[in-house]
Amino acid sequence: MKKSFAALAAAALVATAAPALADLTVPNLSYRTGSYAANGIPYADGFADYFTLLNERDGGIGGEMVAVPECETAYNTEKGVECYEGTKGQAALAYNPLSTGITYQLIPKVTADHHVLYTPGYGRTSAANGSVFEWVFNYPANYWDGASVAVKYLLDQSGGDLSGKKIALVYHNSAYGKEPIRTLEELAKKHGFELSLLPVDPPGQEQKSQWLQIRRDKPDYVLMWGWGVMNQVAIQEAVNIRFPMENFIGVWWSGSENDVGPAGDKAMGYKSISFHGVGDEFPIYADLKQYVFDPGKAAGAGDNLGNVLYSRGMYAAMIISEAIRTAQEMAGHSAVTPEEVREGFENLNLTQERLTELGLPGFAQEIHATCADHGGPGSAMILQWDSSTKKWSAVSDWITSDADVLDPLIAEDSAAFAAESGITPRCN
Amino acid sequence: MTDQLLYATETALNGLMTGVMYSLVALGFVLIYKSSGVFNYAQGVLALFAALTLVGIQKGQVPFAHLINAMTGGHLESFPWQVPALLAILLTAGVMVIMAIIIEKLVLKHLVNQAPIILFMATIGLAYFLEGFGDVMWGADIKTLDVGLPQGINETIETVTGDLFGYGFFIDNLDLVATLVAVLLVTALTIFSQYSKQGRALRAVADDHQAALSVGISLRFIWILVWSIAGFVALVAGIMWGSKSGVQFSLSLIALKALPVLMLGGFTSIPGAIVGGLIIGMGEKLFEFWIGPLIGGATENWFAYVLALIFLVFRPQGLFGEKIIERV
Repeated sequence: MKKSFAALAAAALVATAAPALADLTVPNLSYRTGSYAANGIPYADGFADYFTLLNERDGGIGGEMVAVPECETAYNTEKGVECYEGTKGQAALAYNPLSTGITYQLIPKVTADHHVLYTPGYGRTSAANGSVFEWVFNYPANYWDGASVAVKYLLDQSGGDLSGKKIALVYHNSAYGKEPIRTLEELAKKHGFELSLLPVDPPGQEQKSQWLQIRRDKPDYVLMWGWGVMNQVAIQEAVNIRFPMENFIGVWWSGSENDVGPAGDKAMGYKSISFHGVGDEFPIYADLKQYVFDPGKAAGAGDNLGNVLYSRGMYAAMIISEAIRTAQEMAGHSAVTPEEVREGFENLNLTQERLTELGLPGFAQEIHATCADHGGPGSAMILQWDSSTKKWSAVSDWITSDADVLDPLIAEDSAAFAAESGITPRCN
Repeated sequence: MTDQLLYATETALNGLMTGVMYSLVALGFVLIYKSSGVFNYAQGVLALFAALTLVGIQKGQVPFAHLINAMTGGHLESFPWQVPALLAILLTAGVMVIMAIIIEKLVLKHLVNQAPIILFMATIGLAYFLEGFGDVMWGADIKTLDVGLPQGINETIETVTGDLFGYGFFIDNLDLVATLVAVLLVTALTIFSQYSKQGRALRAVADDHQAALSVGISLRFIWILVWSIAGFVALVAGIMWGSKSGVQFSLSLIALKALPVLMLGGFTSIPGAIVGGLIIGMGEKLFEFWIGPLIGGATENWFAYVLALIFLVFRPQGLFGEKIIERV
């Protein structure tokens, strides 16, 4: 996770330079500074490097070069909104701010301004309902999917029965961290497990109270919705109280190499949910090496390849580029507009064959978006950390979330948003 | 003892230990405020910078490697050696002294006789500069800090309390080390300020700048001295907190945990920083234990400030602060 001053300076220059009119513009609202920089950097690098690969290898998308002006948000909501306001005039096609706080602020803005907001695995969960959230897409999975996938996995681990079991949720005391609570409460009713909630005030450097309580209550499993330093401290505290790591599962934002590093060898066995593959064995990395890293065009120092957050940034860029490609095919021309790209997102048909063509076989689940379905398959898998090889590996197949529980919750939440925003649901 | 009482005792003990960790951060603030009347906003960032430097030296990282690589197209990363922890700590302490000299020469010297608010504003600027400088110098990745401090449950305490009460208490070895270090640090600082020439000069400046200057004490030297000591205290705090979470940029936010300690203990008292830390640590943990579950938890951040404000109502200068009387 390294970056250079020069890279920042270059990013700033790019940010201030207006792209050529023919360029397709996809702003990179990133955070390379501040308390969450260690997570923001690999994600931003993966995002930028994928578009660089398309430009260098393929001449862009459909013959149009892609400009990726970077704007520093420092994970600050106000700065994120400033970045949006500062770049939307460049005919920006899609935004991916990697912040639930910024996402909530941008939803009404992109709806009014007609720009796509793409929030894979974060943001407002009920944006999965495309009939209400016309300009927002959050496939392939959202927080509620994550909670459901975790519980399904634990069901499998417990022989199909969680009744009488105790599950504790350690969560970032913010809108993000609170997202899975409703779902977990419903799942607790359905499966008969006892749910305890342990909020951690951000940033989360001090969690002694929460882990003393876990030590006393002895839950069978602990789930975590954390971010930044909260993750590292939680894993260290779990080690300290000798909580079995294999029974500790973090959501995808609590499952990067950064999170397990400080606990060292003792983080062995920690698990996390993921909606994409990890590792640098995918064929695309040969192209990235040839066209991006070796010629010195990588966004970072090139030491994040294949890690979780780099892969996730790359995933987001891949989805946006495929949506743009779909939009070009639908529109019959390459210089697509934001409105046409929204159509591309809504008609995205990402198959395993296409993923293989992209050099990412089996990297993610298929997506078949529709007018109403902006949330995708809701599938994820469980990864487990091996501290001896310092690698994550999948310990489950793809697990699909419990639609019976989630769909009514999404319908209820999106209906409330539609009512308060005066939106008439579409897709009839 | 009932289970609840046992749990409360365990919570209180852990609160006291956590309070010591807060005190380590608060001490740096007190040292600078006491000698110069400056509230050093950059103290948290000093702890971050010290910890970054320590890891960088220990792992043989080339400073400014990314900048150099970007400018030259090279692939510098680290030197072919690693530095033993103790030597790395000493070298980092040296870096903090150099930092103190630079801060005095470039910032403080030019602000002599300015209002305290100007000096405070300067430390805000310093904090942002140091954060960016640390980033460019050492990179923004999360670094694992290992200087050989033990971590994890103390099994002796767990066994003994288990035999005595039927419930083994959790006490973190790192917290025990932090307590020992805090005791040594406060003892050393007290001996230094009471019995050394420089310490007496420091106290003289703290008591009355003008009088100290009139007897030939160099204010500039005292500033360098006190910022060096505060830098060393920041290094200690950085080691303790960084061992737990890794060294990362959120480390600078530990300053937020020191503020209620300062409000409660007083800005000018070293014992106040310790006692304040203990009260805040234990108070917030017990409140979270008893009241937290009733009101949704996550009470510690705000309750620490509430507790400090309650004390301020009865003793505005803090428990150990100097009473300020201004006559018209």
